[in-house]
Amino acid sequence: MCTMITQSVKIVGSGKHNNEWIKLQQANVSFDHPFHAPYEHTLNIDFVNESQRVAVELSESAARDLVQTILSVLHQAEAEGHIGKQSA
Amino acid sequence: MHTTDKYTGVHAETVMMKGANGDEINAYLARPLGDGKFPAMVLAHHMPGWDEWYREATYKFADHGFITMTPNLYFRSGHGTPEDVAAKVRTEGGISDDQAVADLEGAMKFIRGLDNFNGKVGIFGTCSGGRHAYLTACRVKGFDAIIDCWGGNVVMEKVNAKMPVSPHEYTKDLSCPILGLFGEEDSSPTPEQVKIHEDELKKHGKNYEFHMYPNAGHGFFYYHRPAYRVEQTLDGWKKIFAFLEKNLS
Repeated sequence: MCTMITQSVKIVGSGKHNNEWIKLQQANVSFDHPFHAPYEHTLNIDFVNESQRVAVELSESAARDLVQTILSVLHQAEAEGHIGKQSA
Repeated sequence: MHTTDKYTGVHAETVMMKGANGDEINAYLARPLGDGKFPAMVLAHHMPGWDEWYREATYKFADHGFITMTPNLYFRSGHGTPEDVAAKVRTEGGISDDQAVADLEGAMKFIRGLDNFNGKVGIFGTCSGGRHAYLTACRVKGFDAIIDCWGGNVVMEKVNAKMPVSPHEYTKDLSCPILGLFGEEDSSPTPEQVKIHEDELKKHGKNYEFHMYPNAGHGFFYYHRPAYRVEQTLDGWKKIFAFLEKNLS
């Protein structure tokens, strides 16, 4: 690998793969060469289970925006009392 | 140089070969057809894997008269599309240097067993493959030329268990001429890192030829990526075949 910047986290959830929903067990996050996105390096997330992969390649700024947006949505959900009631 | 009156033919296929630890791995082998003996090339594929670009490059070298073999350095991580396999390897932190070097050495030994081999073999790689090619040319005897195209991490600030030694530290052991092609806008290797590598080659009196292309970044040969630079690529291929003509004929 070129940058060697990679980390993994266990996750619980589902992803859509080849038009079917699959269970996801881990997210592999790296900053390295993309296969498709038009940049030298991207923030890559591979949502995987034992045999399948749902891949995302984001520009650095898109990745930062996404992180902020996810946190913002979670804060709003928490503030409105949705977290704790039904979240897993 | 090819002219329209000449016979041309290439036989290309996947074959099995012996790699690191005696493991059987697959490789793409392209052999020029016709009489006579041919020089050879071993190709070290890049981080995106044993992919279409490398099958095309294997064929290209063969079309230019080189028996060419590209081992699947990611064989042990299973099968799937090249990018799915490469993504798995990425998560595993890449492959170990020892394994890559031994797989590439295995390809060289496979070629040495072929009847129509002329006895001269080079090694070529791009991106992580440039790094693996350099490591192999330093650590393994038997190569007559090495081409490093924008190999990242040839000069490493931080090593790890799989990549325990910065390749430039093996420079004293390099036993063949090297051609290096790089882009001024690359972030790995940066022009500063290329300079450190070049200084090391100079210090040890090695036969080297480095070209730093303006207005080019990482992977400027890759016609399917936005980093593609047509003029630099055409000039780069010209330099590659001139270098091989000089060292492998």
